Amino acid sequence: MNPLLVLAAEEPAAELVTGGIWVEWAGLILISPFVAFLLIIFFGKRLKYLGAEFAIAALAFNTVWASVLFVLNMTRGVLYERTFEIARIGFLGGAKELVFELGWMVDGLSIMMYFLVSFVGLLVFIYAVGYMHGDVRVTWFFAAFSLFAGSMLVLVGAPNLVELIIGWEGVGLASYLLIGHYWEKKENSSAGMKAFYTNKVADVGLILGAIIVGVSIGTFSFSEMSRLATEGGNGLAAVASVAAALLFFGAMGKSAQFPLHIWLPDAMAGPTPVSALMHAATMVTGGVYLMARTFPLYQNLAEGVRPAMVVIGAITLFAVGLLALVQDDIKKVLAYSTVSQLGYMMTAVAAGGYTAGLFHLFTHAFFKALLFLGAGAVIHAVHSNNMSDMGGLRKYMPTTYWTFVIGSLALAGIFPFSGFWSKDEILATLGVEGYTFVMWVGIGGAFVTALYMMRAMALTFHGTYKGDGHPHEAPRVMTWPLIGLAVPAAIAGFLNIPGVEWPGIRNFTEWLAVRVVKMGDYHPKEIDVTLAAIGLAAALAGLAVGWVLFGRDAATQRERDRLEIPLLYPLFRKKYYVDDLALGLVWLVKAPFARAVLWFNDYVIDGIVNGTGFLARGLARFVYGGLDQRGVDLIVNGLAAATDAAGSGARRWQSGRIQGYAASFVGGVVVLVLAVVIFR
Amino acid sequence: MIINQFLILAALLFSLGVYGLLVRRNAVMVLLAVELMLNAVNINLIAFEAAIRSTLAVGQVFAIFVITVAAAEVGIGLAIVILVFRNRKSANVDELNLMKW
Amino acid sequence: MTFEAWIAEPVNWVFIVVALAVVGTAVRVVTSQNVVHAVLFLVATLAGTAALFLILSAQFVAWVLVLVYIGAVIVLFLFGIMITRAPTGRGSGLDNDRKGVALVVSAALFVVLSWASLSAFGTTELTDLGEGTPTEVLGEALLGRFVIPFEIVGFVLLAALIGGITIARRDATPAEEEAR
Repeated sequence: MNPLLVLAAEEPAAELVTGGIWVEWAGLILISPFVAFLLIIFFGKRLKYLGAEFAIAALAFNTVWASVLFVLNMTRGVLYERTFEIARIGFLGGAKELVFELGWMVDGLSIMMYFLVSFVGLLVFIYAVGYMHGDVRVTWFFAAFSLFAGSMLVLVGAPNLVELIIGWEGVGLASYLLIGHYWEKKENSSAGMKAFYTNKVADVGLILGAIIVGVSIGTFSFSEMSRLATEGGNGLAAVASVAAALLFFGAMGKSAQFPLHIWLPDAMAGPTPVSALMHAATMVTGGVYLMARTFPLYQNLAEGVRPAMVVIGAITLFAVGLLALVQDDIKKVLAYSTVSQLGYMMTAVAAGGYTAGLFHLFTHAFFKALLFLGAGAVIHAVHSNNMSDMGGLRKYMPTTYWTFVIGSLALAGIFPFSGFWSKDEILATLGVEGYTFVMWVGIGGAFVTALYMMRAMALTFHGTYKGDGHPHEAPRVMTWPLIGLAVPAAIAGFLNIPGVEWPGIRNFTEWLAVRVVKMGDYHPKEIDVTLAAIGLAAALAGLAVGWVLFGRDAATQRERDRLEIPLLYPLFRKKYYVDDLALGLVWLVKAPFARAVLWFNDYVIDGIVNGTGFLARGLARFVYGGLDQRGVDLIVNGLAAATDAAGSGARRWQSGRIQGYAASFVGGVVVLVLAVVIFR
Repeated sequence: MIINQFLILAALLFSLGVYGLLVRRNAVMVLLAVELMLNAVNINLIAFEAAIRSTLAVGQVFAIFVITVAAAEVGIGLAIVILVFRNRKSANVDELNLMKW
Repeated sequence: MTFEAWIAEPVNWVFIVVALAVVGTAVRVVTSQNVVHAVLFLVATLAGTAALFLILSAQFVAWVLVLVYIGAVIVLFLFGIMITRAPTGRGSGLDNDRKGVALVVSAALFVVLSWASLSAFGTTELTDLGEGTPTEVLGEALLGRFVIPFEIVGFVLLAALIGGITIARRDATPAEEEAR
């Protein structure tokens, strides 16, 4: 064991809070968004802000409550669980019993998630008041949004797998409603359905896993499961690997792990606040949360599953991250970036870095929400998602620009912003746990992250403006949430600096360690300067390459086109300026030779720098075009074709003649009655 | 009187109702057949009530409930038929095949 | 109980007559090629059923049946037929061409049902029907023990009323909307 590391939470917290009104009534956090949902549905339209009041009030209430819990946990540690028995089912002829309970859980992990969902949700809701102003269905939007936040709170507050699945499906439903918010356009409602279907495929794994766990130990309770997993030598051990693999499959869908990530970029069809919440604190973190919640199972019993999980996480973090390099839609850049960061979290948790993965989840929630809201402000200003319609917005929207820069630097992992600390901890954990190669993949991922963020920043905010009209800074109701998120995005990392203790509060590792059992993961006690330097260097290199490739050349329209030549085909698909289109076409047809020379010239002169960028871009296009669009989609399409074939066979039964159905129904009743009578 | 004379009569009425349900093309006629089936159920309820003679007259109470619900069903059913007829210029159930592949 | 003993009871003669009428008219309900006739045959079937209820000394339910069904539901049906312009004359298009299947299925259902009741109840007799259930008892039951189902059924009726109006109401065309 590395001497620099200590077992997390070696000693239990000194004075745990296990009672008191704040803790015992924490279930109100789970309920209030649903109350808001009902109030919005019934009274929303009559109010000035069309129902947003209720949604914001519910989340403000939750934020206050969660903050109190957060502070309690930060200073003393909170552990409490309340359940109500709903049903008790005997099976195997009464030999075994299965208990169904609902309730809420208040421990380190839940409190962090309560706080995250409530706080980020509140800011996003406030922002949405500005963003959705004048939308056709504001009331419905806020109702579904409340449902979304409420389902996520149920998901993270659930003391057992059944309640978690309830929240999980609620999140899926709400995301379907929100992604398809602009359902008048076919592609938007299709995106909603794609998200729903992809998640449903994964949910089969989750539900089967839950059933296996429940049947083997007679309860769905996480606490009981953790305890049994830590003790070992019981019914859980025999099924642990299968159950763990199935639960992970469920998590892959929600947390968009390769190859089930395909729904997430399309989910950008929803309004930007939805994307912000979905990508930051809600929905996609559900899978990582599930892994963290059932961490003792993976840590103690399901050792065999973890390497596979690490590999999937690593593929996700690197390969899918590359796709962000070739996107023109700013939200899709961020979407692929989210998938990549989820890959980091999943890799970390799978490798045994419970704290590392969750710490990244924590910091990521702030800066990714910030980036999405910033992108939303930009989209709001230029009325386009495409970065080819943007550029030069730095001058018009200074607040958005600076907060976006903070978010980008945090995401890229630049010292001292929050992403640096969490990413570093993931890399350190990977190294210590023996996944050296994956650690280097992670460092490569940091380079790619920095590269695409610089590209996004440069194309959006630098150079000259290429869109229509006059962009203007977003209204204050939208900029304040940006500032509110920029602060934690910048400083959240300080909460968990290895070896640094802040007076009066315990550090992040210890909050999260407040669980019914010891997690037994590793946490660096001192910062590994070499590794941190390598990670930072990779990120800085990414920024530098990005600046050279995109920052300098984006000055004029013509030069930018030259830069985008390898990407002309996606640009053609976009509704680009007609003159730009003509320019590109003329250029493409009239001067292929000049173009080739220019290209050659460029790549000789710019040498290694451009070469690296080109390579990365080529690889990205290969991954996107070859692997993602053909390989992965082939599997998906194959499944679809198989379903189609099965459907064609089965559809003969679906004649559409109601009376045919009725005849089958009555015939079935006759057969059943006979069967009952004969075999009684 | 034996109880089975009523039960078998009810079974016959019910089966006739099923037959009507399966062969009638007009939706109103289908509803008519459904009424026949509900009526058969009522006969059963009353016959059983006569056999057990419960203090609360449970069978008769439930027969009343069935009649009430049947009235509601006819109301809604005919409303739907009228709506379908208005939209498709036909109330024939075998022409309502939009749900098939 | 032998057949002779059964047939010796005068009430069973009445039963046979009523039952034949009920079955005969019920057959006509599902086979008649004239929709108005089918509805009128249903009236006869329901009247016969009410008579059966009287034989079973359930007077209140019998009169409810007459009032609600024959009085109200049948009128609804006639309205439905008029509004949907079902072929009111003789027509061959009233039945579909899958009578064989329907016959087999319903015959099988009848065999199973009657076999089940025969094997379950055999020749169990109904004795001492007496004066029948007083309406008072029914009223006590409906508004006492069964008051919640009663209220729920009332609510269902209300919902059906509103639902029927909503579903069948013709949406105003834009021009009409304008005029309002």
